[in-house]
Amino acid sequence: MSAAEPGLTVALVGNPNTGKSTLFNALTGLRQRVGNYPGVTVARKSGQCDCGDGTKVELIDLPGLYSLSAASPDEQVVIDALSGHLADDRRPDAVVVVIDATNLLRNLFLASQLSELNLPVVLVLNQADVAAEQGLKINTELLSRRLGGIPVVLTSAWKGEGISAVRRAIGEALRARVRMPAVEWPPLVEEALADVAAGVAADIGRAPGRADVERLLFDSTTSVGQRLGWAAPRRDVVIRAARDKVRRAGYNPLAAEPLIHYERLRKLLEGVVQGGGNRTGGSAAVDQVLLHRVLGPVVFAGIMLGMFAAVFWLAKFPMQWISGGVDALKLGVAPLLDGMPMLQSLVTDGMIGGVGAFLAFLPQILILFLFVSILEDSGYMARAAFIMDRLFSWCGLNGKSFVPLLSGFACAIPGILSTRTIEDPKARLATAFAVPFMSCSARFPVYALMCAAFIGPLYGPGWESVVMVGMHCVGLLFAVPTAFVLTRFVLKVKPQPFVLELPRYQMPKPRDVLWRMWQNAAEFVSRAGTVIFAITIIVWALSYFPRDPAVEQRIRATAVGVAPAVVDAQVQSAYVEQSWMGRFGKSVQPIFDPCGFDWKITVGVLASFPAREVIVSTLGVTYSVGEGAEADSKHLQQVMRDAKWTEGPRVGTPIFSLAAILALMVFFALCSQCGPTVATLAQETGGWKWAAISFVYMTALAWLMAVAVYQGVSRLA
Amino acid sequence: MTPLSQLLPGQYGKLTSLNPERSVDQRLMALGLLPGMVLKLVRKAPLGDPLAIEFAGQVVSLRLTEAQTIIIDVAADCPIQRPRPQA
Repeated sequence: MSAAEPGLTVALVGNPNTGKSTLFNALTGLRQRVGNYPGVTVARKSGQCDCGDGTKVELIDLPGLYSLSAASPDEQVVIDALSGHLADDRRPDAVVVVIDATNLLRNLFLASQLSELNLPVVLVLNQADVAAEQGLKINTELLSRRLGGIPVVLTSAWKGEGISAVRRAIGEALRARVRMPAVEWPPLVEEALADVAAGVAADIGRAPGRADVERLLFDSTTSVGQRLGWAAPRRDVVIRAARDKVRRAGYNPLAAEPLIHYERLRKLLEGVVQGGGNRTGGSAAVDQVLLHRVLGPVVFAGIMLGMFAAVFWLAKFPMQWISGGVDALKLGVAPLLDGMPMLQSLVTDGMIGGVGAFLAFLPQILILFLFVSILEDSGYMARAAFIMDRLFSWCGLNGKSFVPLLSGFACAIPGILSTRTIEDPKARLATAFAVPFMSCSARFPVYALMCAAFIGPLYGPGWESVVMVGMHCVGLLFAVPTAFVLTRFVLKVKPQPFVLELPRYQMPKPRDVLWRMWQNAAEFVSRAGTVIFAITIIVWALSYFPRDPAVEQRIRATAVGVAPAVVDAQVQSAYVEQSWMGRFGKSVQPIFDPCGFDWKITVGVLASFPAREVIVSTLGVTYSVGEGAEADSKHLQQVMRDAKWTEGPRVGTPIFSLAAILALMVFFALCSQCGPTVATLAQETGGWKWAAISFVYMTALAWLMAVAVYQGVSRLA
Repeated sequence: MTPLSQLLPGQYGKLTSLNPERSVDQRLMALGLLPGMVLKLVRKAPLGDPLAIEFAGQVVSLRLTEAQTIIIDVAADCPIQRPRPQA
């Protein structure tokens, strides 16, 4: 992985939808390492590949792309990796270009661009089975000859055909080091390229690579100049002059590259492919239904409903097993540590609870990625984006934002993870930022408690439903303008063109689907999991310490003739009140006073920053009902209805007035009270910056809206 | 000379000009949509936007606003152009 490590590396490149990942999985046999490229949220996948003769090479699966003109971070990574400009990677020793055998011309454009990198190339014509079905006959020998004798292999990675031939071809490429012939540019274009190269060399003192020069000349925006340290005023003068030369050759400088490459490829492919009829026929027939004006949205809604139901309901069963297992483990371990109350609490509530806290997300992540992988691999995800794009484009998101936002209604964690399907980095970030606003299932117990304790008894079950539905819309109401402002005014990332290929439908390969589910779950556990564990321990410590035994003794001494359970509840309540968390809650209560929260609610709010559903059991503790209270606890509901202000201007009036409970619900609808979500945002946005912004923004917004609701409603009422 | 956005579903046309300064058009050119290429408007999304066009054996979706400046020469019954000359 590091530059110091010896051994050969081979890069795998190709257009999206060519079966590149399936080939990668087949070549590496799932002996893979997954990480991130430094500074960008692009996954780096590598694995060991046997060249058939015992030689092992490191195979790197680079992101799929159509062209080397770097428009997105994904594309930039490919260019940097292939030219050896990535911090941790050497320049690869050879490149395997994966090509869709049913559309050689378009796929070869990338290969033709890659010929400028002067690396040994293996050309893999994948999906040969589909090409054969379509009646295409490809003369691979002729193609190889025209490409300077590079190995050309026909494969069908889905069926596992031709894999060993690819292995041998990689070995051959590394031995013989045959390169593809470079493009013959028209003389004036060649001159223009030489001028740019000379300009760079004169200014930075060393000759640039050929591929870098082409990016500088042909791309309207490129970060190559920045990387080379070639500064603006001089650079612009040289490039403008060179582009004038290209214009004199009869080409628009920004269109010259595809025009010349495609012209070359058309000649190169003459006589290589024979036959072939309607290549989009089968999928077009399916699209007649799936993209139909009426049927299309109906089928789409059905699929999405199924997916949501699975993430929301189906995941509950394994989640219950996990929490059951965690509880059983706590009960099993607790007696071993009897007599050491601090250690007992640390191990059971802190450590085991911390592991349970992130394990509980795994079922939802696995189920969502089962769906996402199937939708993507089958080709339906692009159609879903096509159907939904209109609803999202106006606020800077795109059709692919739908799946992450929908799954956010079950849980934000898998929702944020699934923003990886969005190619446009701007829309991806804005979607990830909007997902935590969706009313996730952890907010449900909070609404349920408030509705069951107050709205239902006071206004009837009708209003209970209205409030429930209303609360689920609050987040959406704020998420959409947030995304709009973010993409329009805040994010300075260059927007990506929403040009989406609607690929041929294909049966997903179970191994690829399972592997992707596993990879996402493993990455979540190893990255976000550790953060979640740490947060749980910290919050445990804050609400455990300091623990003065005198507090307990005083209560037990005065409580004569009171039921033991009541005494225990009072002891817990007293301990929490004088813990750091309780003291902190009391001291910051004035901040939450305008929202109508007393110190007990404030402690609940603070304690539920790692996980919002904790508010219910925390209120149970602070209101002396005892540990483990749930939303349907009649006792807790009664205690809350009876709670009155004991001091201040509102003394004697109920704490949980209509204004206060609405303010509390709005606060929970908007506040960033989920440690795992913040950790996942950091994981997926490549650093803590956006996670911190999201946390501060959501929390400040929640406070403002809670104040507005409390002040507004109490003045009206 | 018609903007691509005004083509009807099922209608063919020959690409006359696009705007190489724009990233959408650059992406389309990389996919092989170059002047002279025949394309077909396959369909519009259920909400009328985006569009799906077919050229060079592939179906690609792009937004209506971006299709407005892509200029097409509409030919009534022009078959989709084969990307490869026949042997």
